[in-house]
Amino acid sequence: MTGDRPAVSVHDVDGILAWGRVHRGRHRVAAPGWPGDVAAAARASAAGSNTLARGFGRSYGDSGLNLGGGLVDMTGLDRVLAFDREAGVLRADAGMSLEAVLRLVVPAGWFLPVTPGTKFVSLGGAVANDVHGKNHHVAGCFGRHVRRLGLWRSDRGLVECAPDTEPELFAATVGGLGLTGVMIWVEFALIPIAASAMAVENERFEGLDDFFRLSEDGADWPYTVAWVDTLASGSRLGRGVFSRGRPATTGPLTPHRPGGPTVPVTVPGFLLNRWTVGAFNRLYHAKPGSAFSGEQPYDPFFYPLDRIRNWNRLYGPRGFYQWQGVVPPTLARDAVRTLLERIARSGEASFLAVLKNFGDLESPGLMSFPAAGTTLALDFPNRGARTLALLADLDRVVAEAGGRLYPAKDGRLPGAEFRRGYPAWRNLERLRDPMLMSSFWRRVSQGE
Amino acid sequence: MADTKRILILGATSAIAERWARLRAGRGDRLMLIGRDRDKLAAIAADLRARGAADVLTAESDLADTEGAAERFAAYLERLGGLDLVLVAYGQLGDQASAQRDVEQLERWLRANFLSAAVWCELAAGALEAADGGTLVAISSVAGDRGRRSNYVYGAAKAGLSTFLEGLSHRFAGTAVDVVSVRPGFVDTPMTAHIPKGGPLWATPEQIADDIERAIAKRRSIVYTPWYWWLVMLIVRNLPRPIFDRMKF
Repeated sequence: MTGDRPAVSVHDVDGILAWGRVHRGRHRVAAPGWPGDVAAAARASAAGSNTLARGFGRSYGDSGLNLGGGLVDMTGLDRVLAFDREAGVLRADAGMSLEAVLRLVVPAGWFLPVTPGTKFVSLGGAVANDVHGKNHHVAGCFGRHVRRLGLWRSDRGLVECAPDTEPELFAATVGGLGLTGVMIWVEFALIPIAASAMAVENERFEGLDDFFRLSEDGADWPYTVAWVDTLASGSRLGRGVFSRGRPATTGPLTPHRPGGPTVPVTVPGFLLNRWTVGAFNRLYHAKPGSAFSGEQPYDPFFYPLDRIRNWNRLYGPRGFYQWQGVVPPTLARDAVRTLLERIARSGEASFLAVLKNFGDLESPGLMSFPAAGTTLALDFPNRGARTLALLADLDRVVAEAGGRLYPAKDGRLPGAEFRRGYPAWRNLERLRDPMLMSSFWRRVSQGE
Repeated sequence: MADTKRILILGATSAIAERWARLRAGRGDRLMLIGRDRDKLAAIAADLRARGAADVLTAESDLADTEGAAERFAAYLERLGGLDLVLVAYGQLGDQASAQRDVEQLERWLRANFLSAAVWCELAAGALEAADGGTLVAISSVAGDRGRRSNYVYGAAKAGLSTFLEGLSHRFAGTAVDVVSVRPGFVDTPMTAHIPKGGPLWATPEQIADDIERAIAKRRSIVYTPWYWWLVMLIVRNLPRPIFDRMKF
């Protein structure tokens, strides 16, 4: 009903889910509607213990949850503070979604400097996970484009962080999993576009060597990514579709249209299995679009899954595990081959398998995931011990190659393995706001 | 822009008003925001400017207090430089039980949701009539469609407002002045964002704002939003007393 929004109150809410739907549980939730209410919301939801700022809940595992503790729902903070249409700089509340940013900036001839595979993430989440996209080889992570941040810390109050004023806190906040303070606003640089459409070329490839060759040849394209068929084995191992794109040089500046179909209920888990996924993969590899060349709107190019709301319900009531690792360039070919062999042998089906070469542009973030090398992203329906055994197997391959996993997608990596991959974790722990905590951080900073 | 509208929003810090104002800002309109809280008005004004509003003016005022209402309203119009559209969006949800215990609170609540709203709607209607056209939109509620034990004070105020708007609409039939009575159902505000909603009846402030935009364009006089509340309230209004009396809502 209508009327003034009430001051901050706290509700106990059961069954708050991570995007992978494996992790879920009870939280004390406060939802500030105004920047001035953030401190009160954090304190009220912490209730003498701890809390965590949360946006749209797109992290797959437990990094966006704080089971048994507090959550600050930041999605009510979605105002623009300043938009410089000449210089292409946007300063906005941390709860504003990339989706809303696009609707604002695209008609003015600007675009996100870096975008992940979904536009339904908050600016705060984009910074806290230092997200990357198809242009990592030329643009690096989102954090490289952030100029300033507004943080609220329980021990310092409001702190403005920039690389020159608060270098240590800024570096810890970019990729800092929301633990260094509640992000209130973010100021970042946009990139200019002449048109909203993308010039795209898709090409089938029949094996991993072709993927690496196409990646090298395609390095002058700003956006590149590949989909791989994880059920193909033997001579077909590593076959897939390579996709590259760049903004069109002429045409209208049209933002995407909101809406689209939704998955209304959680479907039975058996619908996604190795046979249905295998059939999909064969069709996807063979479909005419896999050799498409031409223009398409930016929405289907960057965000194909956003077209089906709540697609995560397709994995059934037990949910699914995401897994994303990166391995350094010298060992990448062998490591990726080994990973694909282990998956093919396991018989577990990954519906969405994405392969990309990262560039060597460094992020300012202390704990940023991307590093020079090759990244593989997978998701597996949760089939209990079998799935976990495969993921542990994949972890070992990454560890032997000296790589690491992406926290935003993880919900089960052993703590010791996380700490090996992120030696800077102690610095983040030292700079963590004592009132902030997540289920992920409890697990990886303390557990075995 | 040639068709820049001059828009006055009474109760500009409400979630629905803010979402609707964003739609108008994106069209390059000129807006004046009235509300009680200076900081909140400033935050909304900055946001609307960044979204493309031609200009955004603000004034702090307690709209439930109608002392000097005619002069205050005239001052708003002078600053805005005329009037094409008015949204009356303020209101208080309040607490039914405490209104039953405390009649002074009951009276304040009725003043906020009906008496003062009627005064501002009358002033707005007069200004639009003098300007030979324009649209008055006011946010009522489905709660006004039938008195229920859980919220009959709020419901009675909104019933009064709905009837008042219906009368204005009748008065201006066939003229260039449109009056739109908006009756939202349950609206999902930030406060309730994580609460699993009991069924599909919850709507977002964005949906309500979109419906308001459509109603203005189509010159509708009554709009239930989302639309299915029309059906829900048709049933609720026609439930026979013996059944209605047994329901707890």
